[in-house]
Amino acid sequence: MGRRNIPEVNAGSMADIAFLLLIFFLVTTTFEVDSGINRKLPPMPPPGVTPPIIKQKNLFTVLVNKNNDLLVEEEVMALGDLREAAIAFLDNGGGTNEKGEPCNYCKGDRKEDSSDHPNKAIISVRNDRETEYGTFISVQNELVGAYNFLRNREAQNLYKMNYTAMDSIASNPQTSEQLKSDLKEKMEVIKEMFPLKISEAETSN
Amino acid sequence: MSKFKKKKSGELPPVSTAALPDIVFMLLFFFMTVTTFKKDDYKVKQELPYADQVQTLDKTDKVIYIYAGKPSLRYQKEFGTQAKIQLNDKFADVSEIKDYWFNTINNDLGQEYQNVAITALKVDKETNMGLIADIKQQLREINALKINYTTRKGAVDQN
Repeated sequence: MGRRNIPEVNAGSMADIAFLLLIFFLVTTTFEVDSGINRKLPPMPPPGVTPPIIKQKNLFTVLVNKNNDLLVEEEVMALGDLREAAIAFLDNGGGTNEKGEPCNYCKGDRKEDSSDHPNKAIISVRNDRETEYGTFISVQNELVGAYNFLRNREAQNLYKMNYTAMDSIASNPQTSEQLKSDLKEKMEVIKEMFPLKISEAETSN
Repeated sequence: MSKFKKKKSGELPPVSTAALPDIVFMLLFFFMTVTTFKKDDYKVKQELPYADQVQTLDKTDKVIYIYAGKPSLRYQKEFGTQAKIQLNDKFADVSEIKDYWFNTINNDLGQEYQNVAITALKVDKETNMGLIADIKQQLREINALKINYTTRKGAVDQN
């Protein structure tokens, strides 16, 4: 028998392998999206206007010193307990709102010395000029977490859906306009029940 | 017996290069999809704090970025280790924020977005709050009230 040439390696499936890899990378790559905690700064007060006086019991003060320690309502607290404490404060519902309506969805202890109504409850965060930004964000995160917990609870009660889920669907650009406006309406109702009132007071030295 | 005759070496078939374009395209596509165009070069340390109760910034949102943190290692000789603000790709002073903000609105985003533009603060987690308070004060004075503390997703105990 004569010498035979070895047949050429079949490269037909190389493209398949390439596509397989391409799809693998496409699926496993996470796209970096900017995300963070949204806040609205208070507008500059018009001159000559004195800020309204807020009752002490409707104010939940969080102090962060320059060593990044927390003082919550005049007691030292670990960061891990802050969310619980904020939820208890917001959900207390010991009194009525401006219209004189009691908070009929609050599930708190209805203590006399804690907040009257979620509508009136204000969380005030004060920090030192030397507080670390990381700690500040941790505190903000826990407080937003407390609000999200309560909003999720009410959203589940009313619409069988989490508030945070509604928010992420509504902010997705692929969501249809109709669904968006529907969700926005529902979110407004929830926001009305637990309005986010976190004041980042001017730093104290 | 000729069945088992040794094949002569030196007759290896040439490696097919037919798939080379595929591979190149694959790499190209890969890099095309994962590349995000960074607007500015960071001159300051950008180790953002972690948070998990976050909202994402949409691509359609009008965002103005302000960076702050300690100067990166290679700039420390010149600028020291005190936390600084970076606007566009230059170190800046607190007093320059207002001009920068209005310039960005007028030239890049469009004036009609003045009330909806979000100012994203990308601040290193070791920065002192004093600097951030100063930035916030500047923003309040020009009525740029919507801000976003940009964070990384993760548990807060890593902060």
